[in-house]
Amino acid sequence: MRTAARTQSEAIVIAGERVVCDPRGVLYMPDMELLVVSDLHLEKGSSLARRGSLLPPYDTAATLQRLQAVIADYAPRRVVSLGDSFHDGEGAARLPEIFRSRLEVLMDGRDWYWVAGNHDPQPPDGVSGRTVQEIAIGGLTFRHEPSAHPIEGEIAGHLHPCARIVQRGRSVRRRCFASDGSRVVMPAFGAYTGSLNVLDRAYHGLFSWPDFRAYMLGSSRVFAIAGALLRPG
Amino acid sequence: MFPKWLGGYRAARYLSCVNIEAYPQRELNALLPQRFQNWFALRGWAPRPHQFELLARAQAGHSVLLIAPTGAGKTLAGFLPTLVDLEARPKRRPGGAHRGIHTLYISPLKALAVDIERNLGKPVSEMGLPVAMETRTGDTPAHKRQRQKLVPPDILMTTPEQLALLIAGSDAQRFFADLRYVVLDELHSLVTSKRGHLLALGLARLRSLVPGLQAIGLSATVSDPDELRRWLVSQNPPGNMADLITVSGGAKPEITILDSDEHVPWSGHSARYAVPEIYEAVKKHRTTLLFVNTRSQAEFLFQELWRVNDDNLPIALHHGSLDVSQRRRVEKAMETNSLRAIVATSTLDLGIDWGDVDLVIHVGAPKGASRLAQRIGRSNHRMDEPSRAILIPANRFEVLECRAALEANYLGAQDTPPLVDGALDVLAQHVLGSACGAPFNADLLYDEIRSAASYINLDRHTFDRVIDFVATGGYALRGYERYARIRLTKEGLWRVSHPRVAQQYRLNVGTIIEVPALNVRYVRQGRGAVGRGGPTLGKIEEAFLETLVPGDTFLFAGKVLRFEGIRENECFVSNAPGRDAKVPYYGGGKFPLSTYLAGEVRAMLADPDRWKRLPDQVADWLRMQADKSALPRREDLLVETFARGERHYMVAYPFEGRLAHQTLGMLLTRRLERAGAGPLGFVATDYALAIWALGDMGHMFQRRQLPLAELFDEDMLGDDLEAWLADSWMLKRTFRACALISGLIEKRHPGQEKSGRQVTVSADLIYDVLRAHEPDHILLQATRTDAAAGLLDVRRLAEMLSRIRGRIMHKHLERISPLAVPIMLEVGKEPVYGAASDSLLLEAADLIEEAMGE
Repeated sequence: MRTAARTQSEAIVIAGERVVCDPRGVLYMPDMELLVVSDLHLEKGSSLARRGSLLPPYDTAATLQRLQAVIADYAPRRVVSLGDSFHDGEGAARLPEIFRSRLEVLMDGRDWYWVAGNHDPQPPDGVSGRTVQEIAIGGLTFRHEPSAHPIEGEIAGHLHPCARIVQRGRSVRRRCFASDGSRVVMPAFGAYTGSLNVLDRAYHGLFSWPDFRAYMLGSSRVFAIAGALLRPG
Repeated sequence: MFPKWLGGYRAARYLSCVNIEAYPQRELNALLPQRFQNWFALRGWAPRPHQFELLARAQAGHSVLLIAPTGAGKTLAGFLPTLVDLEARPKRRPGGAHRGIHTLYISPLKALAVDIERNLGKPVSEMGLPVAMETRTGDTPAHKRQRQKLVPPDILMTTPEQLALLIAGSDAQRFFADLRYVVLDELHSLVTSKRGHLLALGLARLRSLVPGLQAIGLSATVSDPDELRRWLVSQNPPGNMADLITVSGGAKPEITILDSDEHVPWSGHSARYAVPEIYEAVKKHRTTLLFVNTRSQAEFLFQELWRVNDDNLPIALHHGSLDVSQRRRVEKAMETNSLRAIVATSTLDLGIDWGDVDLVIHVGAPKGASRLAQRIGRSNHRMDEPSRAILIPANRFEVLECRAALEANYLGAQDTPPLVDGALDVLAQHVLGSACGAPFNADLLYDEIRSAASYINLDRHTFDRVIDFVATGGYALRGYERYARIRLTKEGLWRVSHPRVAQQYRLNVGTIIEVPALNVRYVRQGRGAVGRGGPTLGKIEEAFLETLVPGDTFLFAGKVLRFEGIRENECFVSNAPGRDAKVPYYGGGKFPLSTYLAGEVRAMLADPDRWKRLPDQVADWLRMQADKSALPRREDLLVETFARGERHYMVAYPFEGRLAHQTLGMLLTRRLERAGAGPLGFVATDYALAIWALGDMGHMFQRRQLPLAELFDEDMLGDDLEAWLADSWMLKRTFRACALISGLIEKRHPGQEKSGRQVTVSADLIYDVLRAHEPDHILLQATRTDAAAGLLDVRRLAEMLSRIRGRIMHKHLERISPLAVPIMLEVGKEPVYGAASDSLLLEAADLIEEAMGE
C-alpha cells in the first residue's frame, strides 16, 4: 500500500473492515486495494450554464486533477464512484473530449464501478466502466443514498456532509466523513459541490449518536470531532 | 412652528451666501410666479437667495450643484424649478395622451423618498398646483408600478435601484420622453459607493434618452465640489461642470469635548465611565440625539442609560437591525417630540428630520471631520441658531481624535473621500440591463458610459471584456457560446437571447449586498428551538450567531437575551433580565479613521504646545511617553520593541486606520516569519499595530540582522501582498460581492431553504476554481481592485510606507511604554490574526483525545 507523503489519514474500522479517511475526501480500503470517491458532479458548471448561470467552466478540470492526484498516490486496483458522478444525465455526453480521454487514462487497468445516483441514474454515455445500482466488496456495501435506518457496513454519499465547530470565538466549517463505526457517509468530492451540516434533519436516524464522529477535512490531516462539539449551520 | 425642511425663516433674518451675485429684487420677482410670491407672503416668509439663484440657473438651462448645510431649505430649492415649470404648463386636454415623468427625484433612502413626498405635498396643495407626486421603491405594490407606467406622475421619487429597473424596461424611451429634471438628494453620500456607480450609469442613460436633461444635485459640504460638478453632467467633452451654488454654514456650532471628572480609560469603546455625565446632559435638554458608531455600541449605551434612568425619561433606541415596526414607532414618537433621547447609529445619519433636537451627543470618535459636521447638523435644524454638541471620547486615543475633529470642524476642514473609478461588476450589471431595455450598439454604449465621470477612464479593451463577460462569462476556455445571455445580431446589435435573462436581471438588480441575517424571535426560556415563539425583534448577522452556544447572553433590541438556538432562518431567544450580557460585543467602528484626522492626531502628538487643550490626565500620559520612550514627529513612524513574559513585542504607531493596519500586520508577519523571528500573532486598532513573536525583534533591528527600513520597505506590496491575498478571506468576501453584483451568481431570495446548500455553489468554491484556472479573469481583476480600496486599504498603506521611508524611529525599551498600553490591552480581546483555522480544529480534536484517553 502506498499512502500520500504529505497528508495524514485517519484509519477507522467499519463493520470489522479497516478503511482510511483521506483528508482529500476519499476513502481507501487497503485490504481490497479499493479507492472510493463520492459525488464528483462532473460537468456541473455546464449544467448550470444551460440555465443561465455562467460559472467558470473549469470544475471538471479541477475535479479530475484532484482525482488524478489521489489515484497516483494509492494506485488502487479498484475504484468505486459512489453516484452523482455526473451532475445530470447528459453530463457524460457533454464531457469535452480532452477530459474524456483524461478520465479513460485514470480508468485504464483498474476495475471501475459507477454507482447510479439520483443525478445520473443511467450509465454514462461514451465512458467505460461498469454501472451498478449498488455493490458489495469485502464486508461493505456501497450505494449512493444512505438507507434510512441504522445499518451495518454501508458506505454511501448523496448528502454532502460537512461539520462546523466554534473554537476561540471563531467558526470553522469543513467537509467531513460522517460515521458512527457502523456506516460512513462520504463527503462530496466535486469542485462545485456544496455541503450540508451533519446536524441537519436529513441525517436523523442514520447514526448511533454516542459513537458519532465527524471526520473533518483539514488541509493535511483529518480531525475527528465528537458530536457534542458540533454546531448547526 | 413652521416646517423646518423648507428652510423657512422669517424675512427679517438674512443668511450669508457665498459666490452668489445678488440679483436685483425686481428680476427675482419676475422669476417667481405670482402664486408662489403670494404663498410665501401669506406665511411671512421670503425665498432665500440660493433658492432664487438655483431657479434662475435652472431656467437658463443649466445643471446645478447646490452645496448647503442641513436646514438651508435645500429640498425646496431643488424642487422650485420643477414646481414653477409645472405651474405654467398648459392643462392636458381631456382624452389627450398622458404625459411622461417631468421630474425624477432620487435619494439613497426609501424613507427619505416617502418623507419628501409628504413634505412637498403641503405647499403643492396650499398653492393648488396641478402636480401629481408619487414614490416608487422596492415596497411599491406591483399594481401601482403598473399603473405608474401607464399614467406616470409628474414627479416620481425613487432610489438608484428603481431607476436601473426603469431604464431596463422596454418602454423606457416613452416613459422618460418628457423628463426635464433629475433631482439627486444627499449626493455626497450617494456617489461614494457602488450605488453611486450604478446611478452614474443610469444618469448617462437618461441623458441619451433625453438630450436636454438637467441635473440638480443637493449635497452637504464636501472637500472637492468640482468632482460632484463633473459627476452631474456629461463628460463629453471632458471637463464639463454643473454650476455651483454654495451656501455657507449658519451659526458656528457649539461643540465641546466632555471633560470628565472620571478616569478616561486606556482602551475600549464603551464609554461606560461617562454614562452618568451623559445622563445629566440629557436631563438638561429638550431632546438629545446620541450617535454611536456601531449597533452594539448603541445597544450597550441604551442599556447603561436605562440603568441610571431614575427619572424614567423616555429614551429610545434606533438602529437598522431592529424590526421595522419598532423603528417606525420610535420615528413616530420623535416626530411628536415625545422622546427625551434617542440612541442611534448611522440609520439616522441622512437628511430625515424629526422633532426638535437641541443637543447631539457623539459617543466614540467621529472618525472623520465631515462625518462629525453632518451628524451635528442634526441638531437644531435652523441655520441661524448654533447647534450644540458634546463629544464623548471612549478612550485616550479618542480624546486626541475628538480634539482634532473638533478643531477641524471649527476650521471647516473637509475630509470626504475622493471619488474612485466606477467598478466593473456594476458596469456588467448595467450592460445586461441595457440589453434588457433594447438591443444596443457597443460603440454607442461605450461612448455613453464614458460620458459618466465615474467611467471616463474606462478603456475600450476592458469594456469589450465586460461585454464578453455578460455574454458568455468571458472565459478563456470558450465553452459557453451556446448558452450566451446576450448575442450579437446581424445588424451588429447586442440583444438578450431569452426573456428569462431579463427576468433574472430584474431579480438581481442593485449593488447592496445583504449580510446573511436571521430573524430574532422570542420564546420561553429552556424551550430550545421548539416552541412556536412570540414576536420578532429584528435581524442579527449569521456570522455573530454562529459563534454562540445555547445559554449565552447578549444585548439586542435594548434587552439582555439568552440564546436558545437556531432553526431554519430564525434565531430563538428568551428574556434574561437582570443578567449581564456575557458575549462581548465587537467594539470597533466600521469607518476607518480618515487620513486627514490621522495627520492631525500625529501633529498633536508632536506638538507639546497643543497638549494644553487636552484634559490633564491625557496630557500627563503624553508627557510620560516623551519621558519613557519618545513621541514621533508628524511625518515619522515610531516603532517600539520590548519583552513581556515569554514574548517579544513590537508596537508601531502609523495612525492609518484599522484596515490598513490589518493588512500591514499580515504582511509584516510574513516577513518576520522569513527572517526567523517566529511571529505568533498581531492585533490592529485605528492607531497602532502590535505584533508578538518568539524572537527578540528589537535585537534583530539593532544588530541590523533585520533592518527596520527593510522590514517596512514598500516592496511588501508586491509579491508578498499577492501571495497573501490569494488565500485571504477578505478577498473571498469581496469576490462574493462582485459575483453577485455582476450577475455571475444569483442573490439568495427569502424562502430559499438552507438545506438546499448542497445544491448551490458557494462563491468560495467558484473563487478557488477560477483563481486556479484563470487568474486574470475580469471578475478577479475587479475583486482585487475593490479589495485594495476597501477591506485592505492598500492605497493608504502605500502612502504611509512611502511617507515613512528614512523616517522610522526605533525605541528598544526595557518595558512597555505608556503609549503602548491601549493596544496591549486589546491583545486577547480582539481576534488574533495569522492563526490558521486548522489549529482550531486540532484543539477541538485534542479535546476528544484527552477525554477519550486515546
